[in-house]
Amino acid sequence: MLPYRTISEKQELIRSGKLSLLANVSFYLSRIRELASINAFTEVFESDALSVAEAIEYKIKSRRHGKLAGAVIAVKDVLSIKDKTLTCSSNILKDFKAVYTATSVQKLLDEDAVIIGKTNCDEFAMGSSNENSAFGTVKNPHNTDYVPGGSSGGSAAAVAAYMCDASLGTDTGGSIRQPASFCGIYGLKPTYSRVSRYGLTAFASSFDTVGPFSRSVEDSALLLDVLSGYDEKDSTSVTRQITGVYPVLHEKKKFTVGLPKEYLTEDLNPEIREKVDEAASLLKKAGHSVIEVSLPHTQYAIAVYYILATAEASSNLARFDGVRYGYRNEESRDPAGMYVSSRTAGFGKEVKRRIMLGTYVLSSGYYDAYYRKAQQVRQKIASDFRKVFTKVDLLLTPTTPGTAFKIGEKNNNPLEMYLSDIYTTSANLAGIPAMNIPAGKAKNGLPVGIQLLADQFNEEYILQAAMNFNKL
Amino acid sequence: MAVTIEDVKKIADLARLAFSEEEYIQFTGEMNTILGYMDKLNKLDTTGVVPMSHPAGGVNFMREDELKPSISPEEALKNAPAREDNFFSVPKVI
Repeated sequence: MLPYRTISEKQELIRSGKLSLLANVSFYLSRIRELASINAFTEVFESDALSVAEAIEYKIKSRRHGKLAGAVIAVKDVLSIKDKTLTCSSNILKDFKAVYTATSVQKLLDEDAVIIGKTNCDEFAMGSSNENSAFGTVKNPHNTDYVPGGSSGGSAAAVAAYMCDASLGTDTGGSIRQPASFCGIYGLKPTYSRVSRYGLTAFASSFDTVGPFSRSVEDSALLLDVLSGYDEKDSTSVTRQITGVYPVLHEKKKFTVGLPKEYLTEDLNPEIREKVDEAASLLKKAGHSVIEVSLPHTQYAIAVYYILATAEASSNLARFDGVRYGYRNEESRDPAGMYVSSRTAGFGKEVKRRIMLGTYVLSSGYYDAYYRKAQQVRQKIASDFRKVFTKVDLLLTPTTPGTAFKIGEKNNNPLEMYLSDIYTTSANLAGIPAMNIPAGKAKNGLPVGIQLLADQFNEEYILQAAMNFNKL
Repeated sequence: MAVTIEDVKKIADLARLAFSEEEYIQFTGEMNTILGYMDKLNKLDTTGVVPMSHPAGGVNFMREDELKPSISPEEALKNAPAREDNFFSVPKVI
């Protein structure tokens, strides 16, 4: 569909005059229009994108350009861009104009990327199917009867359906990796704190991460390097020096890769199991060693995650009260009534469900039984990973228990929906990096993904190992 | 521990949310299912385990209290549902 595979190849074509960036941006804009029924975007920056194309093309040709020059990138609509609408796919923020730009987006702009628009997602990034958006469900480009995954469904669908070169998503419990898996592309959740959260609307602050979607490992590495690093505006952001992954991407290292037995149980869809086995034998053939390992507390991850993430969400979303910004319901004549009616009308059902759960587990009498208990089990899950990473460099697992499900299929069963995050939430609990790698399709024609995980700040291993799977 | 509809109403009040009677019944059922699933944590002995609040392991970061530019009152108020001069306006409190 395109004469290039990576952003770097694209820059080479532009430099040699074989590709016009303006034509390329126009191509993507026409794809977005043709595929409007996928519903991937909440807003398209048509004139902005076209107006910067020529200047960036000139920069590329004169060899004075940023690392992402000419890369057409979409941004999940939970990240701020000054003076643009920031909806978080919620009615409560439908008309909100951002007053500053998220650090992650600013870094893309500083490296001469073309920001093509904001992508649809589950409301406040809460969901695994993108069905919880005030702007409607995003559809899976491989089969529009199916969900694209969530919560970064629009970002995943936009990359998979060639509406942009790459996109930014956010991952709190799997919201980059699961939609990447359902849409058949790469999706990288970085180590917690590696990428600044400044300008990201907080869902669960001790879990939230910002990361890239791409159609190649090379582009994931390039984007990760641009996004990484300390930001004085995010007090949790990493203070240590981060070295680039992109320059060492092609280094051939021999890794020890662990297959956690708790992830490969009989509940797993056999076709996905087959892909994991195939990946393991491919790694062995390439000279890596693959061993079975154990993460004994895996079965508790979903319970821990949905206690802690909802608790943090209930606290973070308390700021939406109709006073300073966002939707205000005018019917009430007293402030407390205004908070209640604004929140009740402004939030969607899943967001309310999570606020309710989070408020419950934090409420007097239940705090120790749920919240504190979950924090202790989080420690045990993190400790499982610390132990296993003294023996292995990487873990290889499925990303999801099945391929994309049908729109509406799990909508009436929240617990079943939560359980679909079974292989992804652990990485957020431990704050470690993890990536979805597309591994072909299942018999139903839908993509299958496998996941690589590494210890904190070892994204380099994940991306180097992912280079082995170019043929999968 | 089973969640009653009265518990759900109390939680809604704390969370500044309101629901219809039908929704309260639905939420009560859902919260019992979800919290019932979460009860599996109680099978695990966590005596002496230090609760983990954060994966970054940092302590408080302090910075010098220097005067730096920030957003203007006009910018801060541009999303206000209602304003009066440089203030957010709300329904009468007393």
